[in-house]
Amino acid sequence: MSEPILQVQNLTMDFGGIRALNKLDITVHSGEIAALIGPNGAGKTTFFNCVTGIYKPTAGDIFLTPGKGEKPVSIKGLKPNIVTSKGLSRTFQNIRLFPKMTVLENVMIGRHCRTKTFILGAIFRTPRARREEREILLHSYRLLEKVGLAEFANDFAENLSYGAQRRLEIARALATEPHLLLLDEPAAGMNPQETEDLNDLIREIAGEGLAVLLIEHDMKLVMSLSQRIFVVDYGSRIAEGTPEEIRNNPAVIKAYLGE
Amino acid sequence: MITAKDIRRILLVSGWFMILTFPILGMRVDPLSDNIIWRLKNVMWVGIGTAVLQSLPHLWLLYLSIQAWGIRLWHHFRGTSPHKIVKKKAHRDSLINRVITNPRQRAIVCAVVLLLTIIYPQVVNEYQINIMIMALLYIMLGLGLNIVVGMAGLLDLGFVAFYAVGAYTYALLNLHYGINFWMALPLGGLFAAIFGLLLGFPILRLRGDYLAIVTLGFGEIIRVVLENWTELTNGVAGIVNIPGPTFLGLGLTPSQKILYLYYLMVLFVVLTIFVVNRLQDSRLGRAWLALREDEIACQAMGIDKRRTKLAAFSLGAFWAGIAGVVFAAQNRSVYPVSFSFLESAMILSIVVLGGMGSIVGVIFGALILILLPEYLRELSQYRMLFFGAILVLMMIFRPQGLISVVRRKYDIDSIKAEKKEGGA
Ligand SMILES: Nc1ncnc2c1ncn2[C@@H]1O[C@H](COP(=O)(O)OP(=O)(O)O)[C@@H](O)[C@H]1O
Ligand SMILES: [Mg+2]
Repeated sequence: MSEPILQVQNLTMDFGGIRALNKLDITVHSGEIAALIGPNGAGKTTFFNCVTGIYKPTAGDIFLTPGKGEKPVSIKGLKPNIVTSKGLSRTFQNIRLFPKMTVLENVMIGRHCRTKTFILGAIFRTPRARREEREILLHSYRLLEKVGLAEFANDFAENLSYGAQRRLEIARALATEPHLLLLDEPAAGMNPQETEDLNDLIREIAGEGLAVLLIEHDMKLVMSLSQRIFVVDYGSRIAEGTPEEIRNNPAVIKAYLGE
Repeated sequence: MITAKDIRRILLVSGWFMILTFPILGMRVDPLSDNIIWRLKNVMWVGIGTAVLQSLPHLWLLYLSIQAWGIRLWHHFRGTSPHKIVKKKAHRDSLINRVITNPRQRAIVCAVVLLLTIIYPQVVNEYQINIMIMALLYIMLGLGLNIVVGMAGLLDLGFVAFYAVGAYTYALLNLHYGINFWMALPLGGLFAAIFGLLLGFPILRLRGDYLAIVTLGFGEIIRVVLENWTELTNGVAGIVNIPGPTFLGLGLTPSQKILYLYYLMVLFVVLTIFVVNRLQDSRLGRAWLALREDEIACQAMGIDKRRTKLAAFSLGAFWAGIAGVVFAAQNRSVYPVSFSFLESAMILSIVVLGGMGSIVGVIFGALILILLPEYLRELSQYRMLFFGAILVLMMIFRPQGLISVVRRKYDIDSIKAEKKEGGA
């Protein structure tokens, strides 16, 4: 097994009296595709929000390996933009694009944390600023080609179809050059053809050495993609294992099918 | 369409307004004869006006349905399908936006406008030049506020504070140290920008209504301080005898000075447009837009919210500061009363009317809101009423402002060509 890229230990998150996450342990290894599944309201999205710094967890530790051969660093309590700059990026369950910006610009936003031009560079258009701007443009356009949205580059993001918006979110997340990509229900609302394309896209991304942690309800997709699956219910981890093990796990079957 | 229920409501509201305004508009005490003069005609006009305003939305709906009918009829007789056309129409940009996105047309329009601006003072009188200087000043203020409100989406109701900082920077530095206009110009901008930063820090976490209230308070605080810190600012009596801008140390006649100030303002506005345009089209400008669209997604994509907001605040304030210095130099005096909340509201109206985030929109907004009241003097006492009505109507019919924002379209073919060149 390769080295771990994300290590989450004992993660607990309380909202007032509600415990949304209960001493969760999850480890993702570099280069693998893992999945996080569980019934609605189990705390999956909350887990993403804690890891990416949008929520401050009540207790627990989160370590991220910010690159190959580097030591894990604690990212608990860091601001979301710092977490992203350390190589962790995500998409949102309820799509959160920038609707009044173009498709290409949405991806260009993802390049922000890898570039530097600020006020003076922007006003004087220094050679460095120009070079950087061109790099942002080319890199973003290439990502649009990768997710198959290049022809819509100049359209407003809000005018894309649902499935296309989800792909755009993936392109935008990739633009930040993550080592680990968190996808929150990427296939929700997609038709079978789109889901199949998504399957290929995620495989392609993982093939380039990225680790992917996927929240998904489409079991066919989860089973076909993931090397390892974590199952949460009421904020606690109730199972972990290969797709084969999960399929036959009585606790999982109970959580999904009820008594 | 208008139903009986709508009509009843319209009548009810009109009657209510007539009763409400009756004491103010319906009667007047004649101080000479101590008699009450009834002015029932005024009340009637209030009733009619209210009724007309209320039925405007209904008339608009009526117009839309007639239009839809017309289109259907048109296609019926020509045997075409109505749906295609409608879609196409929705996709087309407005005439102005089409012009400004086409580089050649844009260059021509810019040249013509610039030419007109340059010959304008030669064909009008001094009074009108002065009004135009005011309008140019407000374009600058509008463009500054546009960075904060239009691009970064931070509702700032105290923008006038930075304008005041700029004006008083010049007034005080000149009074105590004899600093001239040209030295005060960058200093005024800089001080205002520093104030922008100082205000920015405590309110980084605030959004929307809360932000608006705090900035409103800040704007008022500055004015109250200016009024009451008499030792420093000379209080409500203000500071007078501020020299106008100097020109290479030459003595200018008063009319030459006005001309000079006019051309300076044109230069400043052109410079402002140039800079704001570049900012809008940069990494920072995109970050502002993203911040306006979705703060959480913005941070999750690696944008430092604090840095980006502070940059917007201080850059916006910088322009207000510069405008303040010019204002002091033009009026040759500054008084706290010039920096009331109404001023902030005015600048905000310019941005909202013109179109949030659109440079051309702000220019139009400033020209309309500054020039119109000047040339419709009779209506000037109803100015605020007029603004209110305009803003309400805008919100109903054109929430995006007169000119909606166009995003830059990147030339895909050139990207492709470049990609090949780069050997990627
Ligand atoms: N901001 C919040 N405030 C209060 N409760 C929340 C908040 N976010 C999530 N929760 C609660 O946490 C639980 C887990 O929600 P969520 O993580 O969205 O579930 P999932 O993504 O697995 O469907 C739910 O009971 C939800 O109501
Ligand atoms: Mg969820």
